Amino acid sequence: MSEEIEGTKTTEETLVNDQNEMDDKVISPEKVEEAKLKARYPNLGHKPGGSDLLRKRLTKGQKYFDSGDYNMAKAKVKNKQLPAATSEKSGGGEITGDHIPTPQDLPQRKPSLVASKLAG
Amino acid sequence: MAGVAGGNDFQWCFSQVKGAIDEDVAEADIISTVEFNHSGELLATGDKGGRVVIFQHEQECKNRPHLRGEYNVYSTFQSHEPEFDYLKSLEIEEKINKIRWLPQQNSAHFLLSTNDKTIKLWKIGERDKRAEGYNLKDEDGRLRDPFRITSLRVPVLMPMDLMVEASPRRVFANAHTYHINSISVNSDHQTYLSADDLRINLWHLEITDRSFNIVDIKPANMEELTEVITAAECHPNQCNVFVYSSSKGTIRLCDMRTAALCDRHTKFFEEPEDPSSRSFFSEIISSISDVKFSHSGRYMMTRDYLSVKVWDLNMENRPVETYQVHEYLRSKLCSLYENDCIFDKFECCWNGSDSAIMTGSYNNFFRMFDRNTRKDITLEASRECSKPRATLKPRKVSTGGKRKKDEISVDSLDFNKKILHTAWHPKENVIAVAATNNLYIFQDKIN
Repeated sequence: MSEEIEGTKTTEETLVNDQNEMDDKVISPEKVEEAKLKARYPNLGHKPGGSDLLRKRLTKGQKYFDSGDYNMAKAKVKNKQLPAATSEKSGGGEITGDHIPTPQDLPQRKPSLVASKLAG
Repeated sequence: MAGVAGGNDFQWCFSQVKGAIDEDVAEADIISTVEFNHSGELLATGDKGGRVVIFQHEQECKNRPHLRGEYNVYSTFQSHEPEFDYLKSLEIEEKINKIRWLPQQNSAHFLLSTNDKTIKLWKIGERDKRAEGYNLKDEDGRLRDPFRITSLRVPVLMPMDLMVEASPRRVFANAHTYHINSISVNSDHQTYLSADDLRINLWHLEITDRSFNIVDIKPANMEELTEVITAAECHPNQCNVFVYSSSKGTIRLCDMRTAALCDRHTKFFEEPEDPSSRSFFSEIISSISDVKFSHSGRYMMTRDYLSVKVWDLNMENRPVETYQVHEYLRSKLCSLYENDCIFDKFECCWNGSDSAIMTGSYNNFFRMFDRNTRKDITLEASRECSKPRATLKPRKVSTGGKRKKDEISVDSLDFNKKILHTAWHPKENVIAVAATNNLYIFQDKIN
């Protein structure tokens, strides 16, 4: 096929290529979905089930408190001229600087006072 | 026991629905576990608010023997409360992850309920008599002056209105660093196991300050973590055997007689994968969300994101049966990953004779498979099909371009209506299906 002009294909070849593409789609819808995902999130890591995903799962529900951030934020409130803390964090991208977890701010974790509606 | 679907003499019909009808579902009301006890007389539910509600099967009305009795509220109590671990800065949810009944040994009923960190043994007892005629106190409870007592009497037991009391008998705490996903009572009726993401512990029901660690898959370096434990169960009649499933789609069977620490499995169940079909999603959808032994103990069933597999314990290299739950979702994996639905943990269950299996899906659909006839059926738990004794109509999801009347297209499915928890009565064709905050009870039509 070396005589072909760049960019054009014979009708037959086009049809064959289309058929192959269709076969790919039919054979592995997962791969199509994977391509979609990579298109939307190009920075997605190549270890899908790997340690990042699992570690996120293991630390579900964890709230971090950083005393340095706490004091910085407290100082920021007192004196508005201080520069904002950088938001780059290691290990999960949790931003803790701006949230001062004072005891008053923590939502009250009361048990359900109301009886279950299943028993109603 | 009759088959699941298709037979002329067998149909599922609506029996009852419990819970509120409001559109706005409070987070606390979401049902997180459903379990019949060993006789099927009691049905327990746990919710995200840490509450347990137990229903009891009322005796059938003698005048109308063709109607099965209904399940009515027997007892309800707050099992777990929200906690905050200040040391680790960790919020501990009160959500009940699992309830497991103990086999009944006396007139009281016992169950284990667990949240992410703590397992509790609850006793549910009945009181229908009250002692009257105490010597040291009046009928209204006031203490009598001992010097005024001139004669003694024997208190008599008088009948009273039935009172059902739930009391916590044991609290098994502080044994899990990670989140508890399973508990399973052993066939010896003395021990039970609890599993979190990386470890499995063996407890004695009488001892709360100690437990034995029997599986530990935590790597020395957490960067090397490749899989976590997703479910575990004790064998129904061999008290030395248990299985645990992993996020990589494998199951390990362990024998506690071989070693104190069962890090080395006795059997390893894994279905070979075609390497050319591997994609970004392969491992995620192969993660096993539930594992259940058959009542016979000969088979076990695993649920992964798209299918249910039945394994013969004597064959490790592949399952003996595979049932597709909602294969049409394979071409929706990208959006299911984005909305986190791909991580939903569906449970599965056997019927009493092990001839049928059931599992949930989206849009409040649930699926049943008859292992003998290989027929399957999709039913829906909805208020529209909730007239008393109304037969449930089979549902169908259309996958191709042409949608037939009564079919629903994949894009119209409501992914917020998930049926994660279902239970099958151990002896009869009665099933309990949890649809978010509502509990549906269905039974077969007796002709």
